[in-house]
Amino acid sequence: MVSAVAPAASRRWRRPPVFIKSRFWRIAIYGGFFAYLVMALWSIDLDWTRIVQGLDRGQRFIEGFLTPDFTSRWRDIRQGMVESITMTVCASVVGILISIPIGIGAARNIAPWPVHAVCRSIIAISRAFQEIIIAILFVAMFGFGPFAGFLTLSFATIGFISKLLADDIEEVDEAQAEAIRATGAGWWQIVNYAIQPQVMPRLIGLSLYRVDINFRESSVIGIVGAGGIGATLNTSMERYDYDTAGAILILIIIFVMLAEYGSSHIRKRVQ
Amino acid sequence: MLEVDSLEKRYKTGDMALRGVSFTVAKGQVVGLIGPSGAGKSSLIRCINRLVEPTGGAIRLNGLDLTKLSGGNLRQARRRIGMIFQEYALVERLTVMENVLSGRLGYVPFWRSFFRRFPQADVDKAFQLLDRVGLQDHVDKRADALSGGQRQRVGIARALEQDPELLLVDEPTASLDPKTSRQIMRLICEVCRERDLPAIINIHDVVLAQMFVDRIIGLRAGAVVFDGPPTDLTDTVLTEIYGEEDWHAMRKTREEDAADESETKAFEAERLAELV
Repeated sequence: MVSAVAPAASRRWRRPPVFIKSRFWRIAIYGGFFAYLVMALWSIDLDWTRIVQGLDRGQRFIEGFLTPDFTSRWRDIRQGMVESITMTVCASVVGILISIPIGIGAARNIAPWPVHAVCRSIIAISRAFQEIIIAILFVAMFGFGPFAGFLTLSFATIGFISKLLADDIEEVDEAQAEAIRATGAGWWQIVNYAIQPQVMPRLIGLSLYRVDINFRESSVIGIVGAGGIGATLNTSMERYDYDTAGAILILIIIFVMLAEYGSSHIRKRVQ
Repeated sequence: MLEVDSLEKRYKTGDMALRGVSFTVAKGQVVGLIGPSGAGKSSLIRCINRLVEPTGGAIRLNGLDLTKLSGGNLRQARRRIGMIFQEYALVERLTVMENVLSGRLGYVPFWRSFFRRFPQADVDKAFQLLDRVGLQDHVDKRADALSGGQRQRVGIARALEQDPELLLVDEPTASLDPKTSRQIMRLICEVCRERDLPAIINIHDVVLAQMFVDRIIGLRAGAVVFDGPPTDLTDTVLTEIYGEEDWHAMRKTREEDAADESETKAFEAERLAELV
């Protein structure tokens, strides 16, 4: 005979709430946020007559885009493109070269704390400001043109690459570094033999990605006067010359796609 | 000759990993260090090459007190102490040859190591060692392309490339299958005999230790509780080393688990806190 085990009295179970334990505060906070969202949406004014006007302009813009005019302002377009590419390449190379020592200095596991603090502050400053704001500042300091754009992109590159490089160094496999340290290697040798091989593929990937970003940014910062294709685009928009603007946008799209395709191809090969 | 004299290690968390450990290892002697996890085995061998800082006692290698060194002197002492690691700790993306040559980093200036222009004598030695461990056909492969046993052979070659006066070996077989484990242990013990090289091998496989080493030191809770030839290692001694443990039960008590864990964590935290 099999002895039957009496089933235990059934006990209720509910998954405990994840964030806010108190029922009162849960309802108050979530309800309060929802009420704010409704009121906020309500407060955004819609000017229907302006929208109708804008639709008209949008239509002309799309028409221009569909019939791009590369020829009548080709000299301006070409000059803008050459400037943008020059800014992108120079700013990427200079920015990345400066980023590497700052990134190494900002990694807590290999840099002493004063160096770490200084490098982290440089990164924080560089990341705190959006490219446009930096570009406005540099245009005011150095005048219109690609030099201001070059400085802007270099500065932004430093914040981007140094931060991600430092984070990557902080996550290396410490056992490999310990083994190199155990051979009596000095600090530079540890960086060269234990850290660099581990972070190199990601550094190359990030650098190529940054070239991509720099090209796209170069077309934006031109609008505030920092040279490049953005300046040409801005001029043609101000003249309601949508055919030329359309041509410029198509060129930007083609270049961004080429850069994207090229960099992803190289990134795959270095893994 | 290595002399360890009342060595103490207290972690910042307050855990005593080593409580006055003393022993000497003669030239050419291979010592197996056994004990339960958290007994201080890893702390002990890492105190010897100062990857972990001892808090008391002295360690003398051929008369030189290692605990008193710093900076360049410490690096010079480290280059004469080869170390072999549990998970091989090879630099995965470097080639086999680069990994072996990294054993010379303490001897060559930075620019030479940076451009991989090692003195010809170092390169000759590296080729000889790769022949010795049976990897002559894998010189330019990346380390992560090798099997576990092959990687540990690279680890052995790297340690020997240092021209060591002492070999520290941390659980060399923990991630290997039984057959490869024996081959690796045999290889380590052979090269030690060839070179009259003293070695300390952390190992938790007691049977494997008994097969290969000349002498066994049993560590329990940071203190030496057994020191003698492998033949003296009876069941009573094992109980003494590993504690009041039912040899046939599979589970430890909860308190023991917790104690092990806190000690292991303290060790890991301190070991990895400062890289350079």
